[in-house]
Amino acid sequence: MKRLLYLLLPLVGVGLALLAWWGASLKVTDLPSPLRTWEESRLYVLEPFAKRGEVDQGIARLAYYSLVRVGQGFLLGAAIGTPVGFLLGVSPLLTRMFDPLMQVLRPISPLAWLPLGLVLFRRSEPAALFAIAVCSMWPTIINTMMGVRAIPQDYWNVAKVLRLSKTTTFLKIIVPATLPYMFTGYRLSLGIAWLVIVASEMLTGTPGVGGFLWQEYNSLIYAHILLAILTIGIIGFVLDRLMGFAEARLRAV
Amino acid sequence: MSYIEIAGVTKSFSAGRGVRPVLRDVSLSVERGEFVSIVGAMGSGKTTLLSILAGLSSADAGTVSVDGETVTGVRDNAAFVFQNYSLLPWFTALENVRLAVEASCRTLTREEQKARATHVLEQVGLGNALHRRPRQLSGGMRQRVAIARAFAADPDLLFLDEPFGALDALTRETLQGELMRLCSSVGKPVTTIMITNSVEEALLLSDRIVPILPGPPATLGAPISVDLPRGRTVAQLAHDEQASRVRAHVVATLTAALGSRRLRTGVVPTEEEKTKPRVVAEKPHPVSLS
Repeated sequence: MKRLLYLLLPLVGVGLALLAWWGASLKVTDLPSPLRTWEESRLYVLEPFAKRGEVDQGIARLAYYSLVRVGQGFLLGAAIGTPVGFLLGVSPLLTRMFDPLMQVLRPISPLAWLPLGLVLFRRSEPAALFAIAVCSMWPTIINTMMGVRAIPQDYWNVAKVLRLSKTTTFLKIIVPATLPYMFTGYRLSLGIAWLVIVASEMLTGTPGVGGFLWQEYNSLIYAHILLAILTIGIIGFVLDRLMGFAEARLRAV
Repeated sequence: MSYIEIAGVTKSFSAGRGVRPVLRDVSLSVERGEFVSIVGAMGSGKTTLLSILAGLSSADAGTVSVDGETVTGVRDNAAFVFQNYSLLPWFTALENVRLAVEASCRTLTREEQKARATHVLEQVGLGNALHRRPRQLSGGMRQRVAIARAFAADPDLLFLDEPFGALDALTRETLQGELMRLCSSVGKPVTTIMITNSVEEALLLSDRIVPILPGPPATLGAPISVDLPRGRTVAQLAHDEQASRVRAHVVATLTAALGSRRLRTGVVPTEEEKTKPRVVAEKPHPVSLS
């Protein structure tokens, strides 16, 4: 009985949100109702991989473009952030050197990095990757650093007593001990990367969920804005769950 | 010159704005192959002393030398067993021991290293738990792995930091027996320094017992020899006259030190406490100071 209730409650929540949406659509003339949104989006959802034109494509195909871009930017960020995190974790001197810089760079919005990327790379694709990498690497750096610092003295003592080489200590003690923290960082970083991709696609007009959203806004097809918003939310949720799952597996060791 | 020479070791830690003295002028000589226990209450600086002896940390003043060489870091013929096992949770029992074998026996092939690690684990009765992770092992089994790891490196010098402190009484006794067996089975003299808060444990295992007198700063009391053949049993110690004498002496020394600390810290003992004899354990039951 209780389990059934717990399964139903989220549906009730969604129902209430739809009701609010429908109510708002009665007041605001340009806002399509849930039903109209569905009718206008059917084609995109039911033929998710169709390609009818540059921007006029199935929603899954658009999401795929965005995901590839996010994946590349995220991996770039992780590839830079992870070693930097390790270095800052083991060296208090480096931390002291770079901490103020990090604190200043961290809160900068992706929208601010993108033009700089365009100046640097002159094309929208690398500029987008640059913005994603720069914005998403902070949680990776910070969590990896914290993870290294949180290694119990016991493990350092083991390394000392067994007189492990630097390489062995790194591979067999520091990395495994830090792994759960790193994945927390990766999960947060991926979340940020997904936020950045939409903004950067909107600004650069590249095909993808964000590009689609902006395009449809300019074409006055408001139902598709809502379709894009929902898609962004669902994909972000799935990404977070996947990373959360990987993280939980590592913590269980 | 003895195998281990500890001369005038002094150590303090910085605490807030001031310094907290931990050890003052600690000196001790240990012969090759000797088993020496340093017995004292918790928080008396035992672990600090042991980590200085082992080269894990350095003293503010004084020197430690092993075999004529001054200790500046962890020696390659020394092994350590920690109270809290200190096994790496992401490795199985075998992998934990192999890490030690790989680090100490570099000339062996990978297969030989694995065989050696397996052999040592079998010796401590863990032949059927090789591939289990520490989390899947009981406290006693974990400490067996830790002991196996220490012996895997074929050490001449063994440092034991309250090795059985976290175990229940029964497991403790079995493991003490195992340790004795391992020490005598390696076929060469292993010099061992153990710290413990159990006088019984010290009696059971050691050739000499050194009481550590709590400070701060802590100092060492006069060593007491235990002139009983090795391979003692708890039952034997319970009725042995020599054991009772040593036990009474160690306990008296330690309680006297605790009493004087109480006086210095301003806690005035009651009339009864003052007149009561200081020897609290004439009866041969396990005495723990903690």
